Amino acid sequence: MDRKGIDKDAVTAIVGQYGAKPEMLVQILQAIVMRHGWVSEDAIRQLADELNLSRADVYGVVSYYHDFRTEQPGQHIVKICQAEACQAMGSRALTSHAQTSLGARMNGTNDAVTLEPVYCLGNCACAPAIMIDGKTHGHVSTGRFDELVGAMKAAR
Amino acid sequence: MSVTRIYVPRETAAVSVGADEVALQIAREAKRTGVRVQLIRNGSWGASWLEPLVEVEVDGARIAYGNVTAADVPDMFAANFVQGGEHERRLCPINEIPYLINQDRWTFWRCGLVEPLSLEDFRKHQGFNALEKALADGPEAVLDAVTASGLRGRGGAGFPTGIKWRTVAETESPQKYIACNADEGDSGTFSDRLLMEGDPLGLIESMAIAGVAVGASKGYIYLRSEYPLTHTILSRALQLARDAGWLGENIQGSGFDFDIELHLGAGSYVCGEETAMLESLEGKRGIVRYKPPLPAHAGLFGKPTVVNNVVTLGSVPNIVNLGGERYAQMGVNRSKGTLAFQLAGNIKRGGLVEKSFGVTVRELIEGYGGGTASGLPVKAVQIGGPLGAYLSAEQLDTPLDYEAFADIGAMLGHGGIVVFDDTADMAQQARFAMEFCAIESCGKCTPCRIGSTRGVEVIDRMIAGDNREANYDLLVELCDTMEHASLCAMGGMTPYPVRSVLKHFAEDFATSGGNG
Repeated sequence: MDRKGIDKDAVTAIVGQYGAKPEMLVQILQAIVMRHGWVSEDAIRQLADELNLSRADVYGVVSYYHDFRTEQPGQHIVKICQAEACQAMGSRALTSHAQTSLGARMNGTNDAVTLEPVYCLGNCACAPAIMIDGKTHGHVSTGRFDELVGAMKAAR
Repeated sequence: MSVTRIYVPRETAAVSVGADEVALQIAREAKRTGVRVQLIRNGSWGASWLEPLVEVEVDGARIAYGNVTAADVPDMFAANFVQGGEHERRLCPINEIPYLINQDRWTFWRCGLVEPLSLEDFRKHQGFNALEKALADGPEAVLDAVTASGLRGRGGAGFPTGIKWRTVAETESPQKYIACNADEGDSGTFSDRLLMEGDPLGLIESMAIAGVAVGASKGYIYLRSEYPLTHTILSRALQLARDAGWLGENIQGSGFDFDIELHLGAGSYVCGEETAMLESLEGKRGIVRYKPPLPAHAGLFGKPTVVNNVVTLGSVPNIVNLGGERYAQMGVNRSKGTLAFQLAGNIKRGGLVEKSFGVTVRELIEGYGGGTASGLPVKAVQIGGPLGAYLSAEQLDTPLDYEAFADIGAMLGHGGIVVFDDTADMAQQARFAMEFCAIESCGKCTPCRIGSTRGVEVIDRMIAGDNREANYDLLVELCDTMEHASLCAMGGMTPYPVRSVLKHFAEDFATSGGNG
């Protein structure tokens, strides 16, 4: 993932891939976030221009969806499921452990790791579940959490 | 020496507990020992508690090895696992596992069995037979079969599918759409995901059949972004089908045109509500629409649209192949056929159980699920996702049937069953229901947008012991307002779990450990 700036040409390329149609806005934003991790103010202006929408239209969509971050995240993103099936298997305790061990609150970033809540990864028979950089892990005890985070940091 | 076929699921739950590492290790070990193997990445059978579940084909039988780790693999090879050798991970042939054989697999029958991204394997297992039949017999025959089956929407609302399809079929329009709702946001549910990962071509066939039935030439799948592996598998399946002429113009020379576009959601729960999903498909904020007009009359881009859940659509090919009456013979009362129940949360044997309606909650949790994972007694069971009621241990003999659930102020929803043991703090669960509604409300109607935030505050006061009785009455009144005045199920049904906690677990407000 390219976390530095969001290149103007990269946005144009993504728009080209999906077509410069307003109905593709959610798909285009999702592609930008998957590649860059966030949507910048400049990207919002550019999309408004290229899709012939108002900036308010684009901002409205960006601000509505949880996936569309407007701040640059860390190099890694750790999501912890906060929904009922995981709660039944100790996700609340896992969340406090994660906040302490990563030194970040929910939606916060520390040491290039961003911690976020997620409401269901569909891995409810193997709870509690987390997602690290787009990969889902199941049966995550606090010990396994530390191992997974350790491996993630070692792979840098 | 012949080549041995080894199956390792490529399915989110299996991969989440190490299936990729197991597959890699098997390939390495086979190479190292000079054993010729063909590694097949199948879907999951749904016995998630046994994942990674590896199968080896010996004399036509598929021998299962459960909970295999990468570290077990060298040892398994040493125990001659490629010929079904004895090992502590060895279970029995896959078709002798009671959890799996005591099911009524109508919709999920290909899951686990086939290689999801092999068109050849799909065709060998009746793939596209139903579409060919639909194209030969015509729309009226499909509509009659679906109506006769009594199939109801499996996304949660339970609306009769035959009526919905006929409405779209009878609405005149030059353009109609099939919109598949794959925004499976309810906690405790994963049946859509399992079906899409295990039988993606089946979903494509199902949508094309719907297209034949109502006269639609274009379909959309709205897939939640939390399912990246599903996205990869579906994308490839769509390309396979297109390349082989099962999607696109003039499908197999029939003169029928149909193609599917795959869209991703962006983390909004309410986009699972059908009209919010349509807004999102149009590239907008996922705000719920007023009804009428119904999507069947004016849906996506204002055109008549069939909006169906993945499992609803997936039930159709066998209805076309075997006849609606066969499906209607299963189930009870007005709940015909099967539902893919999902055992989740604090459960020993979690996974998917496709069963005819009428089975009791207890049979599923104790018989299939083996009780709680922790071994402690069951305290509460939430059925139907975050908008579903919590059942108490005394209610476990309730049969799973849409109407029987409505009678006790609960709902089946998408069939998710989340078990909590007796350490659960139900006051916190009631608080979470309101909190989740506050986080996910689309904001269009006031009872949902404001009521949910006020609900959290009232519950916090109750937990803190601040005027508990007066706040109890206030919470009941707030639930009434939300239930009767909200625009959609988000605000309208958030009171279900809250009321059920007030009814069965009111004492937890006095003992709750504070905001968790």
